[in-house]
Amino acid sequence: MSLARRIIPCLDTDGARVVKGVRFADLRDAGDPVLLAARYDREGADEVVVLDIAATRDSRPTFVNTIRRAARELSIPLTAGGGIRDLSDARAVVEAGADKVTVNTAAVRDPGLLTTLADALGAQAVVLAIDARRAGAGWEVCVRGGREPCGLDAVAWAAEGARRQAGEILLTSIDRDGTQSGFDVDLVARVADAVPVPVIASGGARTPEDFLRVFETGHADAALAASIFHDDLLAIKQLKAFLASRGVPVRAA
Amino acid sequence: MSVVLVDYGAGNLPSVEGALRRLGVPSRRCSTPEPLADADAVILPGVGHFSPFAAALDRRGLRQPLLDAIAREVPFLGICLGLQALWEGSEEAPMARGLGVLPGRIAALPAGVKLPHMGWNRLRRLSGRTSRLLEGVAPDAYVYFAHSFAGSADGAVAVCDYGTTFTAVFERGALFGVQFHPEKSGAVGSVVLRNFLETAR
Repeated sequence: MSLARRIIPCLDTDGARVVKGVRFADLRDAGDPVLLAARYDREGADEVVVLDIAATRDSRPTFVNTIRRAARELSIPLTAGGGIRDLSDARAVVEAGADKVTVNTAAVRDPGLLTTLADALGAQAVVLAIDARRAGAGWEVCVRGGREPCGLDAVAWAAEGARRQAGEILLTSIDRDGTQSGFDVDLVARVADAVPVPVIASGGARTPEDFLRVFETGHADAALAASIFHDDLLAIKQLKAFLASRGVPVRAA
Repeated sequence: MSVVLVDYGAGNLPSVEGALRRLGVPSRRCSTPEPLADADAVILPGVGHFSPFAAALDRRGLRQPLLDAIAREVPFLGICLGLQALWEGSEEAPMARGLGVLPGRIAALPAGVKLPHMGWNRLRRLSGRTSRLLEGVAPDAYVYFAHSFAGSADGAVAVCDYGTTFTAVFERGALFGVQFHPEKSGAVGSVVLRNFLETAR
């Protein structure tokens, strides 16, 4: 029997508020990540990711408080990320109730951080976030919010991350992010086939068929999206019904 | 009703507290032996590595009070690592001692499947085993797992199949344990927690 493929909405915040437009008429405060996360929980999301995209020293305490409030409301796993630099940043969000933390730039600078976090929190709590863009025949890793290429090969970096005990890879295609032109299925397949840990595909989702392809051809374990869910372009319930009808194991919404 | 959550320093307590609060049941954290003496129900949550977990139980003097509570048949629920603690030990930390209520040791899930076993997987109810914890839960319900080690299926009322077959739900008298995270398993998880609290009423 196989694991259900997961559908994961992602909320980008400035620490306190969702930064991308959210168009839910029925929410009292559509900018509150906690209300939005709770709504996704009710709609059948398998997990929620909440990111602090400001990730400044000022936004940190507010973000930890947002995670604390979200964790209280959610009956599904919660991942927190954005600007996690060290064990104490990671501990702060885990103690606030996050089940997992994502690390990106800080892990590129110090790959040993992954092992430090896994030893302290368990590998299941450590998600290596990789922002990758096409470069020649492969993909290169970019840091600092995807702005800065760092010379690493994405597939090799994912494999090293797993060796260093990251429990999961959150893989975002910078080329596809925000374009709604479908996941970079080749990238996802290359990484998913190269690592022994689950891979969450991100960047470019638009249609139910995009999700079907990233699961079937991309071998993704989970798929993450933001705007198509926030803008009500695709409902999780319908997406899961479609995937189930095509033989993809999903937890009924 | 006094529901005590054992705080050994690394468990994800806010999630369990939140789940209990949503059921309308207050809980209190305990990191010392005393509150275990008059608890109506004990929940031992756990995430992470077996070694610091076992060490913290000893350092905080919680081992014997937990065993005493189990012996008095106070309803006890171990979650994830809290279930694994019932066995004698774990391959994850060969030197660390579990509570030893169940014979044998926790083993690594086999290579060949993606590890950690992370995400929603199906329970498989074993026929002929009654379960108070799973009353009202579909026999093949999806629940949320996050672990790389697991206990043998002996004595299980429900198992999960992932690389091997392991205990997903254990039940013996007032002693309960789940390898999955009911506090993270949506509506199904709430039912499991409510069923557990019912046994303490």
